[in-house]
Amino acid sequence: MLSKVIKSVLKPNQNQMRVLAPFMTSTVMKESGTTSATFDTRPYKLHKLEEAPNTSTTCTRDEALLYYKQMQIIRRMESASGNLYKEKAVRGFCHLYSGQEAICVGIKAALEPQDSVITAYRDHGWAYVMGCSVTSVMAELTGRTQGIVRGKGGSMHMYCKNFYGGNGIVGAQVPVGAGVALAQQYLGNGGLCIALYGDGAANQGQVFEAYNIAKLKDLPCIFICENNGYGMGTSVDRASASTMYYTRGDYVPGLWIDGMDILSVKEAIKYCKDYCSAGKGPLVLEVATYRYSGHSMSDPGTSYRTRDEIQEVRQTRDPIMLFKENIISANLVTAEELKQIDADVRKEVDEAVKVAKTDKEIAVHELAADVYSAPIENTIRGTTPFEPYTHQRLSKVINWH
Amino acid sequence: MTSLAKLPRFSHILRSITATNVRYIPPSRLSSHFTYYPDTVADSLGETARLNLFQSINQALDTALATDDSAVIFGEDVGFGGVFRCTVDLQDRYGKDRVFNTPLCEQGIAGFAIGVAVGGATAIAEMQFADYIFPAFDQIVNEAAKYRYRSGNLFDCGRLTFRAPCGAVGHGALYHSQSPEAYFAHTPGLKIVVPRGPVKAKGLLLSCIRDNNPCIFLEPKVLYRAAVEMVPTRDYTLPLSSADILDEGEDVTLIGWGTQVHVLREVAQLARQQLNVSCEVIDLVTILPWDREAVFESVKKTGRLLVAHEAPITNGFGAEIAATVQKECFLHLEAPVERVCGFDTPFPHIFEPFYLPDKWRCLSAIKKLVNY
Repeated sequence: MLSKVIKSVLKPNQNQMRVLAPFMTSTVMKESGTTSATFDTRPYKLHKLEEAPNTSTTCTRDEALLYYKQMQIIRRMESASGNLYKEKAVRGFCHLYSGQEAICVGIKAALEPQDSVITAYRDHGWAYVMGCSVTSVMAELTGRTQGIVRGKGGSMHMYCKNFYGGNGIVGAQVPVGAGVALAQQYLGNGGLCIALYGDGAANQGQVFEAYNIAKLKDLPCIFICENNGYGMGTSVDRASASTMYYTRGDYVPGLWIDGMDILSVKEAIKYCKDYCSAGKGPLVLEVATYRYSGHSMSDPGTSYRTRDEIQEVRQTRDPIMLFKENIISANLVTAEELKQIDADVRKEVDEAVKVAKTDKEIAVHELAADVYSAPIENTIRGTTPFEPYTHQRLSKVINWH
Repeated sequence: MTSLAKLPRFSHILRSITATNVRYIPPSRLSSHFTYYPDTVADSLGETARLNLFQSINQALDTALATDDSAVIFGEDVGFGGVFRCTVDLQDRYGKDRVFNTPLCEQGIAGFAIGVAVGGATAIAEMQFADYIFPAFDQIVNEAAKYRYRSGNLFDCGRLTFRAPCGAVGHGALYHSQSPEAYFAHTPGLKIVVPRGPVKAKGLLLSCIRDNNPCIFLEPKVLYRAAVEMVPTRDYTLPLSSADILDEGEDVTLIGWGTQVHVLREVAQLARQQLNVSCEVIDLVTILPWDREAVFESVKKTGRLLVAHEAPITNGFGAEIAATVQKECFLHLEAPVERVCGFDTPFPHIFEPFYLPDKWRCLSAIKKLVNY
């Protein structure tokens, strides 16, 4: 019933070319009340894999609206975070995800409830797609009570069911992700673990230790290198002897994905899920992307790359712009509908910012909370003698079944 | 390369300052509150320049590269100056083969640095934050520290210095605030040094670089810009394992290092004003091997000791000092040794002002010491 799919002008293996090509297309299909369209996926690159993910993918109207909204929320949230940081309302560190939205939204779109995710410190968008409200993300940034962890973690430490966080140390989350995958294999819950890291972290030794043990035990783990071109202030070419990150698992098969195209990301993850559920073990993915901001707020992001380069990506590869053009020209949604979403997003984020600025901070006794499961001493050593802080547990563990 | 013997060692002419020199940093939720007490140096040391901590470290590194052809500097993003600007301009001056970026791999950086040093060059490696040093723990503790011992002195990696920014910065939260000195102090073979300001930092860093043992040089990051002093522009070293007595006193000895020294100097003033108690303030300077004699001498005189550090209290380096002092100065002690430290919690995100061993907690401990 699908109408003809117009083939991409890009042939396989030409996908390194950073050109905006009319890769998609589609036809609106009305069938039993649903509206959907088919799009070509961007060509993938394979490492030790026989079969590639599908060359086309279907997107429904509802999905299109959802993905667009999620990406816009993240974009808006990140620009609000940047502003809050500059206003000194955010303490701690702050790493923005702008430019990389299609990755978390695309991956999440292919996951099932039992699947897990762990990432590094660029985690605001991930926390949101995994189920945290915009308000709880923004309030965590400013260290307020309505924050995800009541303001005790801050930008780098956000969590929710099956989202193992925001981790502060470069690369340290990758072996943890392999461990989560082992737990899932052992518990037989049919889930897998997505372990994300950047092109900078890809050079940490423990990443390779994780590949090895994951392959040894054929764990349902998808290692995903989000290659945004720069590990802090050093470009990939100057930091990595091989920048083909999807091949760096060597004996672990790999896949390169254009991370600026949300539907290609989603289709690839569907493929990976099938691969993992068949018991074939881990995969190493490289998702090509770009970050518009600096590494963190102390990095203006312009000393090691040109403003023109950033501008060019914004104009030719922006994940939200591309998706918007695609779904409009496929007649899946109208420009007016998207405009309405933009307005709703603005309102939602603005309201969250208001809460983040005005909500109360937690009381100081929580400083001594949650250090141990059940401490032998009731008070925490070293705390002030006139007002010793009593140890306490405040929340229930959410990830024990 | 300048001969070590010819380099001036002038810690004895570092002079205490007068109250008028004190630059007051107002307490704020956004920065650790302490009053910075700058060091001044004798005119005989020649030309000086007004430098903050990162600039003085930059000058020390510049001197190290200029005086030692084999010296190389590497670390994450050091090529364009590093996140704290300590290596700024050095790549332009000395070339990309002597000042270069590494991938983000601390264990690799440490192992690489050990190899560079054992192979005969002088290695100056930067860990971007002391909190990131733990992937390199094995290399530092098992490889660097034991190289000489395990090879019966046939090999060593003494020409090795790790620099790492440490300590509270006002907003660093869990992974940009830690003070890991005590972890490494458990390792014979290493030297651990923490400067309190620009003048000390330049001389101590050059000493570490030229010392024939692997050194860890922990730089209190809050001082990078907040600490400004007139620093001699010449090449000089300062002795390692030599504590500085900054304020002489009779009743209580206060020991700290890094930023905490400045807290303690203010505490000493408060104690004098509010309690009429005379405090002797000691900057330990080198955590390992530490200047035991200076501490014993002072405690035997005062009979009371307060040690304060930002790291958590349990097994912090204050524990080692307290244990040693009770053994060596037992009959001189008028009160049990007091420790005012970070709490036994992770370094908190929003509660940093409560966690830090601030002047009020220290002052309260002094009251306990004198009222015992």
